[in-house]
Amino acid sequence: MPRLGDYLVLSGLLFVIGAAGVMVRRNLITILLSIEIMLNAVNLSFVAFGRALGSADGQIIVFFVMTVAAAEAAVGLAIVIGLFRHRESLNPDSFTNLKW
Amino acid sequence: MLLFYVFGAAAVIASLLVIAQRNPIYSVLLLIASFGALSGLYILLEAPFVAVIQIIIYAGAIMVLFLFVVMLLNAPREETTEDVPTWAARTSRAGVARFGVALSIALGLELVWALTKHGGESGAFAGGSVASVSAIGRLLFTRYAFPFEVTSVLILIAMVGAVVLARRDPAKEGH
Repeated sequence: MPRLGDYLVLSGLLFVIGAAGVMVRRNLITILLSIEIMLNAVNLSFVAFGRALGSADGQIIVFFVMTVAAAEAAVGLAIVIGLFRHRESLNPDSFTNLKW
Repeated sequence: MLLFYVFGAAAVIASLLVIAQRNPIYSVLLLIASFGALSGLYILLEAPFVAVIQIIIYAGAIMVLFLFVVMLLNAPREETTEDVPTWAARTSRAGVARFGVALSIALGLELVWALTKHGGESGAFAGGSVASVSAIGRLLFTRYAFPFEVTSVLILIAMVGAVVLARRDPAKEGH
């Protein structure tokens, strides 16, 4: 049987992949997707800890994380649509002005 | 144990491909595959409720929203480093990317080192104690009733905010 440590290592790997995506990529949509990868990595560790401690609280906080992720995706994508209308670009380097 | 490695490898490889793709549509589809693998891991962790809402909410709702926006924007491919006009901008961008990769690798090594050092010998899962859907529902509406209601307000605010942000300004458009 895989142990808690195995799940935590897997969760850490996924989180690092998400963090690398945020830092390396130059596309707003891919950056939002990388944030989703990081949220899922944290969810995995919550469920693994909940299983190790024999309580359902880990799964309940995953439920809340998912609803917050849904809200974040909706607002983030609305902002991306607004930015794309102004500049016809998804490159974050083209949004360096505070006002235009 | 074999299933853990299969699902874990699938999740890691799909996530790596997500950030390696130039075309956002492939990224979104690969992320759905990664979420499927994570859902299998939740089944292995005896969390069927989380596994099901992972598929329904994440793969079914959030990723479809992403896919919808990608197709709505007719999303351009990300410009490669060669497309950047000036030499200075190109080198600074390559430097930032290299710095980001180095930071991520350092973070990953540190995490794996810390976890394998301290989580290796202990932490075998206790038997039994499956959190059933009814137990989770009872907890949600008793001990976690207040956060649950706050979540509904949050969703309402996000919905109104998304509509306001993405709406075309009728005064500027003129029709």
